[in-house]
Amino acid sequence: MVTTPMGAGGLTSVPALLHRNATEFGTAPAYREKEFGIWQSWTWAETRDEIEALALGLIDLGLNEGDFVAVIGRNRPHLYWSMMAAQMCGAIPVPLYQDAAAEEMAYTLGHCGARFVIVGDQEQVDKVIEVQGELPNFEQMIYLDPRGLRKYDHSKLHQYSHVQDAGRAKTDELRPVMDQRIAKLDYDSTCVMLYTSGTTGKPKGVVLSNRNVIETSKSSSEFDDLRRSDDILAYLPMAWVGDFIFSVGQALWTGFCTNCPESAETMHVDLREIGPTYYFAPPRVFETQLTNVMIRMEDAGKFKQRMFHYFMAHARKVGPDILDGKDVSLGDRLKYQLGELMVFGPLKNTLGFSRVRVGYTAGEAIGPEIFDFYRSLGINLKQLYGQTEATVFITAQPDGEVRSDTVGVQCPGVELKIADNGEVFYRSPGVFVEYYKNAESTADTKDAEGWVATGDAGFIEPDTGHLRIIDRAKDVGKMADGSLFAPKYVENKLKFFPNILEAVVFGNGRTECTAFINIDLTAVGNWAERNNIGYASYQELAQHPQVLSTIKTHVEEVNLSVAQDEMLSGCQVHRFVVLHKELDADDGELTRTRKVRRRIIEEKYADIINALYDGSPKISTTTEVTYEDGRKGSISATLTVCDADVVPVQTKMAAE
Amino acid sequence: MWCRFKRRWRRSDDGTTLGFAFAPPTIPFVPAGLEDFRNKEGLDLMLDQTEGYVTADGRQIGPVVMEMKNITLRFGGVEAIKDISFDIREGEIRAIIGPNGAGKSSMLNVISGFYVPQEGQVFYKGQPRPQMKPYEVARQGIARTFQNIALFEGMSVLDNVMTGRLTHMKTGMLAQALWLGKAEAEETANREVAEKIIDFLEIQAIRKTPVSRLPYGLKKRVELARALVAEPSLLLLDEPMAGMNVEEKEDMSRFILDVNDEFGTTIALIEHDMGVVMDLSDRVVVMDYGKKIGDGTPDEVRGNQDVIDAYLGVAHD
Repeated sequence: MVTTPMGAGGLTSVPALLHRNATEFGTAPAYREKEFGIWQSWTWAETRDEIEALALGLIDLGLNEGDFVAVIGRNRPHLYWSMMAAQMCGAIPVPLYQDAAAEEMAYTLGHCGARFVIVGDQEQVDKVIEVQGELPNFEQMIYLDPRGLRKYDHSKLHQYSHVQDAGRAKTDELRPVMDQRIAKLDYDSTCVMLYTSGTTGKPKGVVLSNRNVIETSKSSSEFDDLRRSDDILAYLPMAWVGDFIFSVGQALWTGFCTNCPESAETMHVDLREIGPTYYFAPPRVFETQLTNVMIRMEDAGKFKQRMFHYFMAHARKVGPDILDGKDVSLGDRLKYQLGELMVFGPLKNTLGFSRVRVGYTAGEAIGPEIFDFYRSLGINLKQLYGQTEATVFITAQPDGEVRSDTVGVQCPGVELKIADNGEVFYRSPGVFVEYYKNAESTADTKDAEGWVATGDAGFIEPDTGHLRIIDRAKDVGKMADGSLFAPKYVENKLKFFPNILEAVVFGNGRTECTAFINIDLTAVGNWAERNNIGYASYQELAQHPQVLSTIKTHVEEVNLSVAQDEMLSGCQVHRFVVLHKELDADDGELTRTRKVRRRIIEEKYADIINALYDGSPKISTTTEVTYEDGRKGSISATLTVCDADVVPVQTKMAAE
Repeated sequence: MWCRFKRRWRRSDDGTTLGFAFAPPTIPFVPAGLEDFRNKEGLDLMLDQTEGYVTADGRQIGPVVMEMKNITLRFGGVEAIKDISFDIREGEIRAIIGPNGAGKSSMLNVISGFYVPQEGQVFYKGQPRPQMKPYEVARQGIARTFQNIALFEGMSVLDNVMTGRLTHMKTGMLAQALWLGKAEAEETANREVAEKIIDFLEIQAIRKTPVSRLPYGLKKRVELARALVAEPSLLLLDEPMAGMNVEEKEDMSRFILDVNDEFGTTIALIEHDMGVVMDLSDRVVVMDYGKKIGDGTPDEVRGNQDVIDAYLGVAHD
């Protein structure tokens, strides 16, 4: 591997990077957060002081080297600082998903044996208190927002600012201890531990070293030419590896500014106000924004609508080419400029994308229409393929080589290998150290030479060198007649329709494929409103005959397109049901990063799957649902099983 | 998002019950009809400035801030309120409940100074309160919300909340129009207070939204924000949960408790929903046909035969 043992420029740890930033450009903004209606900001020098005060306070409270410090809460500068403060104490920060229910939290907290927990507010305090009986190692909790916590027992509970005050008061005594601990950190010491979302079972703790984080941040920052003047909006879960790399790794390496929104609800307003230059979002966010734009355009006046559609048609034709620097005639360029003035500019401003220089989407496949829409507006949206075990980056699309069907070429320092069964393997400086307390899984995933199995099946395009991902290797199966079954491939095609939020395709080992569909309440609800269709609930709307027939046409379109592909033509959806509830992470049907958990869905909805295959026209079912606070309830519904037309598969005639 | 109800609802230690444990030892329950007797005997509660008590969940309840003494209110020949006396202590949540037409809203209007009772007196902070104009009442530190929301529909949430700071703004109209020196500094200072309340009630996302576009539950919250931003010493809530669904009620209950907790605001509220009242309040006054039929902690009131009769009805002989 091509890494210097001394680290990049002698900077071998996160605290060292922080120190460099605070001394070299201490007055540049490091973190901003909107609070009380104003963007509050901290320079690098101020950030270092805040973090040091907290680190000293943590040492004062008895934090030892090697301890785990769980960090739970929404994206706030103070919580990013607490991760860095933990590192300064020689401890290991473990960010956790803030929307996890108490029991889920109990597992991860218990697994890492966190002695200290730093949380955002009362919600998280309550959850940790609820499960503290199961956590023998848990000792101290620190909270940021004191609201509602005044009368709690404070013997093990401390306010963030009080810990900092205590740290400041004891600077003289404790600073040597802290400096000593920072000096001990090297390139191989653990930087952070992140839990995987757990598509197939319990979450695993991925241990990342300073080498992983700093090397990855360095190479990816260079790949996209990130600069100190860049701005990002930190709104994705802190427990997700991407957020850690963007808001801590790359932010520290390049010294750009991390902006935290006021609350989850104000995200879009904050996005507009900040106008990030470097932006990351899962496809779902882009989809929602596009749906909103289209819905609002339908409400606009005739003139505006015509102008919008006229210029968008032009943008689709020449926009991506202009972005890629290809030859475009002067007339087209002028017309595009006019469109920029009249439509694209204001639209980008509304979306908050006016200044985006580099935008990434990852996590799921993005629909080509959605992808092209943003690119035609002149937003440099690209695809990225990565995972926690790789410290995010495996492949990414370089500027000028962006397509919606590939995930790009390997990032600097990454080696790729395709196994005989089609599974993608990689090796890079970002490869994780181990799964915490799980040597068996570590050995399964990472071999002695450092090659890591992604679990995804894919291939490298011979002429361009781009990697294309087909499906999760584990999900790819065989139909009863032996033809290939790739559910994700079909699901993605279905999900590209704005009316379909989520789809799950079944058919492994069976003669034909069937599907569960979730409607998108925003899009379908808007359509219902427009067509004077009354509905009282999600359930009722989902089962409306007209909705079912719309979904049916979507499914048939997908069948038509699936039939084009020789290999996958067996995956056409013969029957489907529109589900009476949205698949939800609280019910365990999706992971916290919103990926489908197939096995759980198959078990939970076994009755509906049976109905899909035994030919019954309707199925009555009762489903247990979990509310956000952990209480349980149930929904009963009668679902219509719909048939969809399929294209007859030609049996190898062409190949003979 | 975690359900607010669970998130911020005060829980007893075993985690099974919601709401308070009620055990204020120093306020004896006075059965209906006995107050007159007690007053005649010279046990004058009006000047009761005793130190108050500490609730089971650790809040300090102070001395009496407002006392209603033998209030009678008539509209022509109709006696809306008949000879009612009760007090409100500093830092407590005091509820007035009763069936429809019991005179609850009239009572709140007497407290707020909007109605002037024909008989009896209102004492505020130990002083008898003369007849006052609404703005004078506001200056005294009494703020209220309304049963049928009274917001400026065309204005944004922020502007509506800022109107609550009116009594704290001193600069003249000309200075404000020109936006010079002191006027600007004053607005900035007041905006800060408004933003803190907006943050507290979690309405940041609708800060710039015109009120007319908001759903009912949020409007109620904006109204609470406007009342709170005045930093009242006594907050009057007229049916804060009327017309709300269960989730909105839980939210609102939570906010009322938080307001009382964080700012120590004394709250008097009128409410229909017995469950909400019993969970929220420290002491309850029960009215029926303009008369007071019960007064005490929720547990005491719940066991009072007159109250049970008024709510469930009794057979006519």
